[in-house]
Amino acid sequence: MSKTIVIDPVTRIEGHAKITLHLDDQGQVEDARFHVTEFRGFEKFCEGRSFWEMPGITARICGICPVSHLMASAKAGDAILGVAIPPTAARLRRLMNWAQLVQSHALSFFHLSAPDLLLGMESDPAKRNLMGLIDRYPDVARNGIRLRSFGQKVIEMLGGRSVHPAWTVPGGVRDPLSQESRSQIQQMLPEALAITEQALDLLRSTADTYRDEEALYGNFPSLYLGLVTPEGGLEHYDGLLRVVDSDGTVLEPGLPLPRYREIIGEAVEPWSYLKFPFYRPAATRAAHGGAAETQYAAGMYRVGPLARLNVCDFAGTPRAEAELRDFRRLAPRGRPVSNSFHSHYARLIEILYSLERIAETLDDPAITDPRIRAHAEVNHLVGVGVSEAPRGTLFHEYQVDSNGILQRVNLIIATGQNNLAMNRTVKQIAQHHIQGGKVTEGILNRIEHGIRLYDPCLSCSTHAVGQMPLQVEIFDSAGRLVDRMARN
Amino acid sequence: MTVVTLTINDELVSAQEGETLLAVLRERGVDIPTLCHLDGLSERGGCRLCMVELAGSQKLQAACVTQVQEGMVVHTHSDRLVKYRKMILELLFSERNHVCAVCVMNGNCELQWEAAKLGMDHVRYEYLHPELSLDASHDRFALDHNRCILCSRCVRVCDEIEGAHVWDVMGRGTNSRVIIDLNQPWGSSQSCTACGKCVQVCPTGALFTKGSTVAEMEKQHNFLRWILDGREKKVWSYEKNGK
Repeated sequence: MSKTIVIDPVTRIEGHAKITLHLDDQGQVEDARFHVTEFRGFEKFCEGRSFWEMPGITARICGICPVSHLMASAKAGDAILGVAIPPTAARLRRLMNWAQLVQSHALSFFHLSAPDLLLGMESDPAKRNLMGLIDRYPDVARNGIRLRSFGQKVIEMLGGRSVHPAWTVPGGVRDPLSQESRSQIQQMLPEALAITEQALDLLRSTADTYRDEEALYGNFPSLYLGLVTPEGGLEHYDGLLRVVDSDGTVLEPGLPLPRYREIIGEAVEPWSYLKFPFYRPAATRAAHGGAAETQYAAGMYRVGPLARLNVCDFAGTPRAEAELRDFRRLAPRGRPVSNSFHSHYARLIEILYSLERIAETLDDPAITDPRIRAHAEVNHLVGVGVSEAPRGTLFHEYQVDSNGILQRVNLIIATGQNNLAMNRTVKQIAQHHIQGGKVTEGILNRIEHGIRLYDPCLSCSTHAVGQMPLQVEIFDSAGRLVDRMARN
Repeated sequence: MTVVTLTINDELVSAQEGETLLAVLRERGVDIPTLCHLDGLSERGGCRLCMVELAGSQKLQAACVTQVQEGMVVHTHSDRLVKYRKMILELLFSERNHVCAVCVMNGNCELQWEAAKLGMDHVRYEYLHPELSLDASHDRFALDHNRCILCSRCVRVCDEIEGAHVWDVMGRGTNSRVIIDLNQPWGSSQSCTACGKCVQVCPTGALFTKGSTVAEMEKQHNFLRWILDGREKKVWSYEKNGK
């Protein structure tokens, strides 16, 4: 008798989701699905508003990474105005974006994933959380808080507040960086760098414990998409779109950002509110290969820290560069690291990179220049803004009328782009651990960890907030509920 | 000028004949909420937030349009009044789309202040959620009907101070809208002088400077005093007249 197991909701992620596992007659996992169960509707209700308001509105998509939306939205606004923003404004935006990367990655690593990594995947679920971590590893928990607070403080100093700062505007930014804030950030940097180095050592020390997981969790070939500088370096704010495949072949060396639609399509499934973005050329080729419908799943690509480190040629800052070289050794020469378990490592490298870049940017005295805003009217009716959010590439596209009133809004959020890969990861882990239909709490957590590797932000990607106790439901082949496990 | 004596909240008070009750209350530091009233503009008595109880009358009176009288007995903060004031604000909030988080006036909005001051923590009425548009056709300013509370400050300042009379109110009840000229897009108005006075007196985010963000949209009312002192008292020094 075939069964379906449901994990609902999935915990320690940002948003609401459940997992269903479909078992065959032998009790082996036949298919697995990651369902996002929330719907928000930003693309629709923004229609009729002015594009000037979009940084403020879209920042409300998320309380964790409002900054990413501020960046993409303001950039789409710059494009509608048709202006090149003052160089200091661009540098200040980058500064805030790096600070955002630091605080978000610190949250993911120290507070959402470290309980699994340090306390054990199958440890007591009552203690396998931040509180348990504070109990056993107070230093690690404290470091996480300190590092997050660094990022949040930088955001606050620039934008006036750490959550939803109304600071980026089409044409630039609202307030310059004061000399005082500049030196304050410079003073906070050494501690943040030291914490990051410690975290890297900590991750390396757990590596042996997780050899099995490394080989298994999200280890499959896929495409990778991310921004790179025109020279091919690691990039988070602007640049060009690059796509590489699992052999390391560069499929798109550097596509200008406004042309993203040429390569990215969005598919919809009836069982999830989260769309399934795919790489068009690969999906088309698969369709020509004989299948009747477009096999969009062949265009599966991953975004985020792992993808960014896979697509770039170099990092460009000394310490991150050295770590990147070690990271590359995790895969055969010339090939990308195809294992999502290494996302943890990739996140720490990106924190290091961001801190180095922040230091470098602040060293330039021009950073406190007060010329930070360009003024213009609506000059283009379409504007595309693309930046790298902590979880991956973020696209905002606005179509406006001549008064700047939004006619159409398209948002492609980082987590959405990992949707296909998350589904694949869940299936891979479930197939390995579930034998004969037996499911333990530890296995459920392993499956959830598979999701946490992508640090998904479902609030963002469905364009809600809440707590997530876990539920698993097992269905037989006729769709009848035969068993239920609940975690509160 | 004749002096009248009245009782305000059980206290004997003297005032000049012809003064409005609101002016006397404000002089004495009685905290009374208003939205449609603005010093320097004619009174309208539209928002009803400044309602007071007068002894001997069942009807509540708006202090802004009630003149002081000899022997008047006034109560300003009875339970009934506080209840009605909250109710008025709840009705204002339910009538249009006041989504504070993303309003350009968040933190600088008089409607928001009054609601916070009166402790209006929820709305008991069903929201009407009307589908209202944004007029961004003007070069510098924009009109968002969603945030408008029909206080008519824009109508009065444009007529009385600027002298252009661009603004008017069209329709009745919840269907009322402020309009520009003969109900046309702001950008096509020939009478508008783009002076921005309407924007500065608007208590909410209904009228705002284009491209401004939350925290940038702090409105200035000082100009009314400056203009009126110059016009009426021939006093042209801003500093001396202060705020």
